[in-house]
Amino acid sequence: MTPSAAPESTARPRAAARPARVFAQGRFETLTLLRNGEQLLVSVVLPAMALVGLTLSPYPALGDVHRIDVTAPGVLALAVASTAFTGQAISTAFDRRYGVLRMYGVSPLGRSGLLMGKLIAVGAVLLVQVLLLGGLALALGWRPQLVGIPAALVAGVLGTTAFLGLGLLIAGTLRAEAVLALANLAWVLFLGLGLLLPVATLPTWAEPLASALPSGALGEAMRGALAHGTWSWGAMGVLLAWSAACWALAGRLFRWAP
Amino acid sequence: MAAVEITDLVRTFGQVVAVAGASWQAEAGRVTTVLGPNGAGKSTTIECLEGLQRPDGGTARVLGADPWRAGPDHRARVGVMFQDGGLPNTAKPLALLRHLAALYAAPRDVEALTRRLGIDSFAGTPLRRLSGGQRQRVGLAAALVGCPDVVFLDEPTAGLDPHARREVWELMREEAERGACVVVTTHSFEETERVADDVVVMGRGRVLATGTVDDVRNGESLEDRYFALTGDLR
Repeated sequence: MTPSAAPESTARPRAAARPARVFAQGRFETLTLLRNGEQLLVSVVLPAMALVGLTLSPYPALGDVHRIDVTAPGVLALAVASTAFTGQAISTAFDRRYGVLRMYGVSPLGRSGLLMGKLIAVGAVLLVQVLLLGGLALALGWRPQLVGIPAALVAGVLGTTAFLGLGLLIAGTLRAEAVLALANLAWVLFLGLGLLLPVATLPTWAEPLASALPSGALGEAMRGALAHGTWSWGAMGVLLAWSAACWALAGRLFRWAP
Repeated sequence: MAAVEITDLVRTFGQVVAVAGASWQAEAGRVTTVLGPNGAGKSTTIECLEGLQRPDGGTARVLGADPWRAGPDHRARVGVMFQDGGLPNTAKPLALLRHLAALYAAPRDVEALTRRLGIDSFAGTPLRRLSGGQRQRVGLAAALVGCPDVVFLDEPTAGLDPHARREVWELMREEAERGACVVVTTHSFEETERVADDVVVMGRGRVLATGTVDDVRNGESLEDRYFALTGDLR
């Protein structure tokens, strides 16, 4: 233990430039997410199984359509919820519990840099998911409406914002164990309530509930865009409302301390 | 101007007064230990200095700045080691320290720092698999990686074996000798007598004694003096 760890410079220490800090954090968080086996199961393996299973089986009845044109947009919506909501809620809750958020708060990164880093990581993982799941769907015969891609991108961004806001809201207000249970339970409920399959396939009583949740709104907006090439303004409005409410509440209630 | 200074600091949590008008300072180029029983207000005071809590009264100043909502360049000049870690559980020490170094304009040589602290022997093991003492060393490296002007260390040698403890003490002295202000909260009289230049004794949110170690000892052992100062507080 002899080599010196003396400072390289006697100048006053400074923070790296903000873009460099944010990029470093985004890279670190992305690699952490991609190396997390359980999270990859939820974000890639389970959606891929859902895609193959729902496409090849005749159930549930989806009407007179090419099945994969309905299931592929739903699986992309599921990928958004997995990464932006379940993954971020759980990882942020445990980072808070172990004092990691506090550590970054006193480092040159700071709170806003930490948030920006998370956004980059969520975006990078979503890109990987879209490439893998979209590629699988194309291989299975998916023919998306190319004219609907701008609407799908807008829906994806709105859905990511809404689900990330909801995830951070529970991560910053509940105990880590409670977040773990709730985020997984909610993922299953969201999956059934409009993410994966059209709201119209649900029992009549569940339709209004699913349409008002971010799950149904994102699922319908993605299917509208990629199966029919249409803009689902109502569903996008629902996502916008969830985003505004969750981010406003998270801004007031989020606790950084363990 | 002292590198670290609190004046009449007050911090309350509902009915509980954690810090009740405390004043002390710590100088650059010196190691200052903060002693006191649990509940003395040490951690609350340090958190005010780290910008994690906002004082209800009085002032906290670090390098002349108010730490509450201080900017990134101020935070780059202040290194913090938390007692309970504060490091991501799944990360590996070397990768984490390289990442933290990237947040600074002119960080230390991470490899040299990890060798110095003996982290190189477990550099690729996830933090959750490390012993408490190994995690302490990573936490210390995280506090020092930016080559800070002020370092806050919370019980840096708790749980370390004698060799590692001696190494950490030497490092604390070196930090002070290169000009840093080193502030250490501890329960160890030995640590204070071996490493500290100055000492602050706190109890029930107040300062019971402050000065050089010899001043505070006043001819007695530090331990006897500490119990005389804090004896009726438990």
